[in-house]
Amino acid sequence: MVRKIFAQCYIYLILIIMYLPILLLAVFSFTVSDQVGVWTGFSFQLYVDLFRNKALMTAVGNTFLIAFVSAIVSTILGTLGAIGSYYSSKRAKKMIETMTQIPVVNAEIVIALSLAVLVVALSWKFSFFTLLIGHVVLTVAFVYLNVKPKLMQMDPFTYEAALDLGAKPRYALYKVILPEILPGIFSGFMLSFTLSLDDFVITQYLKEPSFETISTYIQKIISKHPIPPEVRALSTIIFALVLLVVIGNTLYNNHKAKMIVKKRNGGI
Amino acid sequence: MKFRFQRKYLSIPYVLFFLFFVICPIILIVVYAFTDKATGLFSFNNLIKFFSDSTNINVLVISLVYGLINTGLCLLIGYPIAYFLADKKINKSAILVTLFIMPMWINFVIRTGATRDLLTWIGLSGGSHPEVATIIGLVYNYLPFTILPLYTTMLKMDRSQIEAGADLGANPVQNFVKVIIPLTLPGIISGATMVFMPTISSYVISDILSEYNVVLFGSYIDLYFNQSDWNFGSFMALIMLLLILLSVVISRKFSNEEGGKKSIW
Repeated sequence: MVRKIFAQCYIYLILIIMYLPILLLAVFSFTVSDQVGVWTGFSFQLYVDLFRNKALMTAVGNTFLIAFVSAIVSTILGTLGAIGSYYSSKRAKKMIETMTQIPVVNAEIVIALSLAVLVVALSWKFSFFTLLIGHVVLTVAFVYLNVKPKLMQMDPFTYEAALDLGAKPRYALYKVILPEILPGIFSGFMLSFTLSLDDFVITQYLKEPSFETISTYIQKIISKHPIPPEVRALSTIIFALVLLVVIGNTLYNNHKAKMIVKKRNGGI
Repeated sequence: MKFRFQRKYLSIPYVLFFLFFVICPIILIVVYAFTDKATGLFSFNNLIKFFSDSTNINVLVISLVYGLINTGLCLLIGYPIAYFLADKKINKSAILVTLFIMPMWINFVIRTGATRDLLTWIGLSGGSHPEVATIIGLVYNYLPFTILPLYTTMLKMDRSQIEAGADLGANPVQNFVKVIIPLTLPGIISGATMVFMPTISSYVISDILSEYNVVLFGSYIDLYFNQSDWNFGSFMALIMLLLILLSVVISRKFSNEEGGKKSIW
C-alpha cells in the first residue's frame, strides 16, 4: 500500500514538472504582460493579437501545408515501397530494408546538411521543392515501417484467390491488398504528419529563405528575445488541441476494446 | 516486348528516391569532406584541420559528456516511471501513459522556449547557469523518448520471475540487479540510443537554453554551415555519421546477445 502511494506520488510529481513550462505559458496567455511571471489582469488580448499577427499566421499555414503535402507524398511512396519490397526477391528486400534504416538512425543535422550539399552541388535553388524532399526523406521510412507489419499479417492467398476469380493484378491490388493494409497506411500518414509538423533542423537547412514555419519563425525570435506574448496563446491552443485529440483517441480505443470484449461475452 | 506488371515493380520509385536523396547525399559529403576548399582537389586538409585544433576535439568531448549525462538522467528518472506505469496494480489508466508521451506532439521549439522562460523565472537563466539550464532542457525534451521503449519492454516482461526471485531469497537490491535489469535490458538500450546520439547532434536546445554558452557538436556543424564552408561542415557531418554507425553497431550487438541468451532457453 505504501509502495503504491509512493509510486503514484512519484508519477504525478514528474508529470507536473514535465508540464510546468507549458502550463506556465498557458496561465500567462490570459494576461498581456511582456514577461512570464508578471500578471497584469485577465484578458483575451493575446488571442486577438495572435490572429492579427500576419507573419505568425503565415508560418502556421506554411507548417500545415508542408506537413500535409510531405505526408501525402511519403504515404504514397512508402506504401508502394513496402508492397513492392514484400514481393521482391530476398536480396532486393534485404537491400531495401537496409536503406530504409538509414534515415531512421541518422541524425537530422546530417540528413539536412547532406541534402543541402546535394542542392548546392546540383546548383538548384532552395525552394518548396527542396524542403519537400527533406521532409519526405525524414518521414518516408516510417510509412514503410508502419505498412510492412500489416503486409506480413495479411493472408497471402486472398490475392491469389482474387486472381483465380478473374481479377486483373492491378484491380486485385486495389481491392484486396489495399483494404488489408489501410490501418498501417493511416498510422504511417499520421506519424509523417506529426514528424513534419515538429521538424526544425531539416526545414531550416532546406527552405527558401523567406519561407517560415512555426519552428523556424519562433526559433529566429527566441534565439535573441524572450517568447513573444502572442506565442503563449499559440502554444496554449496547440496544447489544448493535442490534449483533446490524444485523450479522445485513448478513450475511443478503450471504448472499442470494451465493446469487443462485450460482444465476445455476448456471443458465448 | 510487352511490359508485364509485377508487384515488385511498385518499389521502384521508393528505391530511386532513396538512391538519389539518401545514398547520393551521403556519398557527396564523403567526397566533400576529402576535398580541399580552395583547389577542389582531393586532400586530407579537413581531417588535419579538425584534429590539429584542440577546440574541435573539446567540443566533441563535451558533447559526448552531455550525451552521457542526459542519457543517465533520463534513464534514472524514466525507469521508475515506466516500471510503475506498466504495473497493473499501480496504474490502470491508458491516459496516464499517453500524458507522458504527449509532449512529443507539442512543437519542440515552443517547448524549449517555454522551458527557458520557466528557468529564467526561477533564476536559472542560461546567462548565469548555462550548464544546468542545458541539462534540464535536454532531460525535458528526451524523457518521453526514454519512457516509451522502457514502458513497452516492461509491459511484456514476465513479472512472475521477479516474484520467483524474491521467493528464492533474493533481497530487493539483488532482485533488481539480477532479475529486473536483465529482463528490461532491451528497453534500456533502445531508450539510451534514442537519447544519446540525438543529444550530441541537437543544437537548438543547447543554443536557446544556454544562450550560446554551451556549444554541442550539432551547433558546431551548424556554425560552419552558416559560413557556407561545405567542405569542413561535411567532414564534421562525416564524423557524426561514423559515431552513429558505431552506436548502431554497439546497440545491435547488445540486443543480439540478449537474443542469443533467450534462444538457449
